[in-house]
Amino acid sequence: MAGDTTFHHGAPKTDAQPIVQMRDIEKHFGNIIALAGVSFDVLAGECHCLLGDNGAGKSTFIKTMSGVHKPTKGEIFLNGKPMDFSSPRDAMEAGIATVFQDLAMIPLMSVTRNFFMGREPTKGKWLFKRMDIDKANAATMEAMREMGIKLRSPDQAVGTLSGGERQTVAIARAVYFGAKVLILDEPTSALGVRQTSNVLATIDRVRKQGVGVVFITHNVRHAMAVGDRFTVLNRGKTLGTARRGDITGNELQDLMAGGQEMAALEGSLGGTV
Amino acid sequence: MADVSEAVQDERLKQEGFATKLMKRPELGALAGVVAVTIFFLFTASDTMFTLSGVMNFMTPAAQLGILAIGAAMLMIGGEFDLSIGSMVAFSGLIFGAFVVTFGMPLVIAIPATFAIAAALGALNGTIVLKTGLPSFIVTLAFLFILRGASLVGLKIATGGSTQLRGVRDAVENDFLTPVFSGDAFTGLFAWLAKQEMIDRFSSGMPKVPGIPVEILWFVAFALIATYVLLRTPQGNWIFASGGDENAASNSGVPVRRVKISLFVLTACCATLVAIITVIDAGSTDARRGFMKEFEAIIAAVIGGCLLTGGYGSAIGAFFGAIIFGMVTIGLTYTTIDQDWFQVFLGAMLLAAVLFNNFIRKRVTGER
Repeated sequence: MAGDTTFHHGAPKTDAQPIVQMRDIEKHFGNIIALAGVSFDVLAGECHCLLGDNGAGKSTFIKTMSGVHKPTKGEIFLNGKPMDFSSPRDAMEAGIATVFQDLAMIPLMSVTRNFFMGREPTKGKWLFKRMDIDKANAATMEAMREMGIKLRSPDQAVGTLSGGERQTVAIARAVYFGAKVLILDEPTSALGVRQTSNVLATIDRVRKQGVGVVFITHNVRHAMAVGDRFTVLNRGKTLGTARRGDITGNELQDLMAGGQEMAALEGSLGGTV
Repeated sequence: MADVSEAVQDERLKQEGFATKLMKRPELGALAGVVAVTIFFLFTASDTMFTLSGVMNFMTPAAQLGILAIGAAMLMIGGEFDLSIGSMVAFSGLIFGAFVVTFGMPLVIAIPATFAIAAALGALNGTIVLKTGLPSFIVTLAFLFILRGASLVGLKIATGGSTQLRGVRDAVENDFLTPVFSGDAFTGLFAWLAKQEMIDRFSSGMPKVPGIPVEILWFVAFALIATYVLLRTPQGNWIFASGGDENAASNSGVPVRRVKISLFVLTACCATLVAIITVIDAGSTDARRGFMKEFEAIIAAVIGGCLLTGGYGSAIGAFFGAIIFGMVTIGLTYTTIDQDWFQVFLGAMLLAAVLFNNFIRKRVTGER
């Protein structure tokens, strides 16, 4: 899956106001500077890829965005208003949902029970307040169908799903619960070719529903396949944001690796990395 | 969304039959066990075992164990263990005995007070486990000894040197709450049935079985409520989630700590209920009450389909597990088989159940 893809790209609107805007974010842990002035924004309906090698500060950055860490310096704006998240719950309530690599899925439980875990729909009152199983099942089937996955039954254990399907359940769950910005932490890193394209197709669907997607990856091909904009993070700093069409995969790869050494390596490996 | 291709059914998925679906229910193993044990005793035991009085005979110990087993099962589904249940029965028995005999409290005060103390101890167990992050196995093992020892010391203090506290029956005889926790229910119905010659009766016309022992009613009601909570309420979902993956559950907004502490409180309260029932029934309490019950309860829960790793199991399974237990303990006395085979049988049953559960878990999660 090279630069040329089957996915349709909505033209990024240049005048739109970003849902989330982060300006000059710095984060220090003791004497370690994990982020040294990172600026980033997400528009509704776009897929903004955040690229970076291991240790570039991607995880710290998304944790700042999702309210796990408080930035040492810098500002976060939500729909133009300054925001101060003190917990992940705050960020979630503001519509910023994060799908971490562990997916927060329990293999032994059914898809429905996972989908509504912690946010079960109920019916009845007081002592008879109970889980609305029918509603939960119907909503799960519907949400999964919208993402292009036909479940055998909502009782199916998540453990029986493939990695890509699990990723899709996690994404569908975030969207169902009203995510406006969806942060995906390396959703394709552990997947095979086919599963990866399923997840990329899911990202495309979510984007078309008007959700801003932050796609974190270190795989340039995956980023080029769905990304509208690309930001490269290297050693805690952003090296600028490029729009789709303004940059090639090779240039992104070089930016991620910090340039020179990679060029030498790539020569010896025949451009396969 | 014209480009959304309809997801095609994977051609490598086989259609799932009814039998396979049934296999995936955690309580199936226990149900099969009940059938197997029943068939075994139908052939080996004397016919009296399966008369009404014979059934009551093995259901009574099954009920006492079952109340503990269902509590243990719910805690195991929630991902924790409680090895202090048996000692808790002795300790609650002491507290309850002391309240009614030494302090002369009426049941309406003594029972809630006993439950409150037990609940506090359960909460203490849970809090230590959650605060320290130590395995609940080791923390509750400590409480197994602490509570057993405290019961012994407490009994000596309450009685002035004896390890048995008598006089409970006299103290509660005329209390209006006594029938709720001891004796038989539906005695009128059984007397009527005997008069109609529908059940066995003595020559005097009195029925051989005066009624259903109340612990059986507690047992059945508790099994139904626990099943309902597990399968049909958000709290039930939280229990499965907390046991399945603590991290994933709390990231999804499940109050894992609250769930687990509540479950520790629940097991302590189950132990207390059994203590109150058996102490009133026996009219006395002693330090050996509930001895080894923690293991029996966990075995019943495992036979009932609970995984030792948590996140999977059922209350109905523990219900059947306890019935198997009762049938085997009492059933062997109806046979010519040496009763000391009981423990051998128990161990074999446990091993078979664990192997079976492991196999089922792999089927459910699709592991290979």
